[in-house]
Amino acid sequence: MAEGGTVSSRAPGAAGTGQDTVEDAACTPERAQPYAELGLGTAEYERIVAILGRRPTDAELAIYSVMWSEHCSYKSSKVHLRRLAATMARSDALLAGMGQNAGVVDVGHGYAVTFKIESHNHPSYVEPHQGAATGVGGIVRDILAMGARPVAVMDSLRFGPADAPDTRRVVPGVVGGISFYGNCLGLPNIGGELAFDRCYAGNPLVNALCVGVMRHQDLKSAAASGPGNKVILFGAHTGPDGIGGASVLASATFGDASAGSAAKRPSVQVGDPFMEKLLVECCLELFGAGIITGIQDLGAAGVSCATAELAAAGTGGMRVELDAVPLRDPSLGPAEILMSESQERMMAVTEPGSVAEFMRICAGWDVPATVIGEVTGTGRLVMTWHGDVVVDIPPSTAADEGPVYDRPAQRPASQDALAADDAAALPRPGGAAGLRDTLLALLGSPDLAAKTWVTQQYDRYVRGNTVLAVPDDAGVLRIDEDSGLGVALATDGNARYTRLDPYAGAQLALAEACRNVAATGARPLAVTNCLNFGSPEEPAVMWQFAEAVRGLADGCAALGLPVTGGNVSFYNQTDNAAIHPTPVVGVLGVHDDVRDRVTIGFVSPGARVVLLGETRPEFGGSAWAHVMHGHLGGSPPRVNLISERQLDHTLMAAAAGAMVDAAHDLSDGGLAVALAESCLRGGLGCQVRLPGDPFVWLFGESAARAVVAVRPGRESAFTQLCADHGVPATVLGTVGGDKLDVEGCFAIPLTELAAVHEHTLPALFD
Amino acid sequence: MRVGIVTFPGSLDDNDAARAVARAGGEPVRLWHADRDLRGVDAVILPGGFSYGDYLRCGAIARFAPIMSELVPAARVGLPVLGICNGFQILCEAHLLPGALTRNAGLHFINRDQRLRIESTGTAWTYHYTPGQEIVVPLKSGEGRYVASAAMLTDLTDGGRVIARYLGRDPNGSAAGIAGVSNAAGNVVGLMPHPEHAIDTLTGPSADGLGFFAAAVSRTTAGQVSA
Repeated sequence: MAEGGTVSSRAPGAAGTGQDTVEDAACTPERAQPYAELGLGTAEYERIVAILGRRPTDAELAIYSVMWSEHCSYKSSKVHLRRLAATMARSDALLAGMGQNAGVVDVGHGYAVTFKIESHNHPSYVEPHQGAATGVGGIVRDILAMGARPVAVMDSLRFGPADAPDTRRVVPGVVGGISFYGNCLGLPNIGGELAFDRCYAGNPLVNALCVGVMRHQDLKSAAASGPGNKVILFGAHTGPDGIGGASVLASATFGDASAGSAAKRPSVQVGDPFMEKLLVECCLELFGAGIITGIQDLGAAGVSCATAELAAAGTGGMRVELDAVPLRDPSLGPAEILMSESQERMMAVTEPGSVAEFMRICAGWDVPATVIGEVTGTGRLVMTWHGDVVVDIPPSTAADEGPVYDRPAQRPASQDALAADDAAALPRPGGAAGLRDTLLALLGSPDLAAKTWVTQQYDRYVRGNTVLAVPDDAGVLRIDEDSGLGVALATDGNARYTRLDPYAGAQLALAEACRNVAATGARPLAVTNCLNFGSPEEPAVMWQFAEAVRGLADGCAALGLPVTGGNVSFYNQTDNAAIHPTPVVGVLGVHDDVRDRVTIGFVSPGARVVLLGETRPEFGGSAWAHVMHGHLGGSPPRVNLISERQLDHTLMAAAAGAMVDAAHDLSDGGLAVALAESCLRGGLGCQVRLPGDPFVWLFGESAARAVVAVRPGRESAFTQLCADHGVPATVLGTVGGDKLDVEGCFAIPLTELAAVHEHTLPALFD
Repeated sequence: MRVGIVTFPGSLDDNDAARAVARAGGEPVRLWHADRDLRGVDAVILPGGFSYGDYLRCGAIARFAPIMSELVPAARVGLPVLGICNGFQILCEAHLLPGALTRNAGLHFINRDQRLRIESTGTAWTYHYTPGQEIVVPLKSGEGRYVASAAMLTDLTDGGRVIARYLGRDPNGSAAGIAGVSNAAGNVVGLMPHPEHAIDTLTGPSADGLGFFAAAVSRTTAGQVSA
């Protein structure tokens, strides 16, 4: 940050330390301060002055600039997210909800699971390897701060066109960064998404999810309570990396891509997964010792955020000696320390009598730990620098009472033209050869190609509890070895659908994630989300955001699922070009016994192939329109949440009753792609006969559908199950052979399908 | 049988190795890198992971851990020791096994279900298999490419000290497709793939890996290799 010169932490003050003190600030009200460079508006600066009754010190300005950033304060999204909370389904399973570091749900047997997804988009464009790596590190600490052991990660990735030169810079860097950090940290990577679209060329999306497990009584709070209790900073030393990451990087639009990203490189953090592994084990031992009163991870806004939030949520006051913070670069001043986003740090509150044991446990893991302050009953967050007071603020004004904007939202006029440009009017493949070519083209397209090139760089086995991972519909983890209790997780988002209709698109993402979880046999239980959008200062983007949140809220209410938390990422645009609105929805489901899990693979010759749900000629936003025509227009598939729920319940019951040995959700690419994937996963072909227009049946993307393989002998029970749940079931054919054989259309050898499916990503990125 | 599992800072598959030992009927005993104490165990496993972060050469720092000053002499007089992945790297750095593990030929970390052929069953860890037996266990490593001098490779092959080779598509460019080797006595074995992740078909591609742990647990005079 030294080069940027926007933080005048070394400006001469009245005190001997050369820092701008509270005393100085009171005496020099006229001094100009660089609030605009730190991302604050004039009205926001004036509000700080009004709160304090004087100008802020440099250190205070640093705190407010990061805490009131869009990234930390949710100032543009809050009014909408409140609606999400208000309409949320009541759930007895919810132990901690929105507003916590991560939501926590009861999964039975005394276990609780916490999960959350978060964006690290801009850092991953500026410096793909470290940006993505620290995205993993950050979400893992969120989960850890709840009191849980992190047990798995997932990643939801979106990039520019697969063949664009810059994509070849960003993709290997991001995947390598996730691989480097997650593998070294010892967390299995069990799934996610990979998609490519022009709209992400200057602004890729890197959303990382982490899931953790704890016993109910282990739940921790992020509150500094009990005057006299000690505040301990532990983990890595604080350095000059990531300064202002939350404000100047995450909460601003990229300007000229190349110049902008180079100038912002110092705002990206640098990760040390080994330190994070030590920090995880150290924290778990501290939790076990019962000596943690409150704990908070250091992520965006670093020490500013941890101190302000801990104090605001607790007794209300805290005194911090900033000069006690251990530094990697001894030249750092208070403002830089407050804004640094150095990784692998945590802050805990413990009773004075427990400090010695705290230090002993940290020393055992070679984790540096330092008492930097204590809880007070003053209601003020006071920070000193070698004895001089450089910060004296009410902590809630930074943590909870930031500005809130109800920004103008306006449906853009162009939306009508987009909706009118119906994909149904596009030329369709002629004859059997055309259908065959279309399937191979879709299966080899970067979005639908095998993800092996990515997933083989991730450790999916570590910890020994991974039951399913990519390419199955959801990642499935065992939690309890005796009972077989486990969870399933899926993330989904189809930005083309959301671009056409943000309300429906958000619901389709939710419905797809639920279907994916249910297809493995799990019962959907809770929802997290990562809402990636353009600039909230554009009314059209704000309309997309409001509609998507409304869709998600209505969808969750209809499905009876609580939203346990999430993350909003705005300013995903380069100059005036915003990304497609991209709400990514993560759904957590419960398996009573993971031994009943169902994969997508066809494994039993003679099993009956059945399509569940209703097929309609729906092609708006489809993979076919995108891959074969480069077209985006019309309406996304119709949403019917009642049908979705009926389908999910059918899939769950079929798995529990061992009626099916394969189940695969239908989404991008429709039935044709789903059948191909099930054949390739299980190594067996199938013979099917379509009951209507083969093009519509093969490539239409109607929602609320899945394909299953019914175990031989269980046909009538399964037929009855579908009837009981009111789910239309169409018998298509049987599993067997070594071809995907669609009567009257094509019979493609699995070897040929596999070659096409596996070839694409290595050819692009190796 | 009591089988020790060493945890270094950055060890990741230690719990998995302990689970595998228990599944094979043994008693896993946790050993800590900073202790100079093997707690009287009958065998030791150095598990996978990134000991001390492996920011230097893999295993180069772990080799100097206090526990190694107990383990190395014990291994030299016959204590069965299995190093898996990072453990294999540590055994090479500690000169209990010849050769070295270097960056994969493709420069990527590779995680895949790997077919292996068991070559030598005359070791303390492989005698539950049959020569030529094919097994499938996960491979997951970034620095798994085995290298050794030409003379050493000849010695290893001629001496029956190559315990397993990769089958099918070459995953990492290892010399002569070597996935694991043993010392001359056969009590110390290093293996790059992870048998502890193949102990049941619920969480692994097979249960083929159990044989390594069963060997340590059911070790009898007959099965024991003379040191």
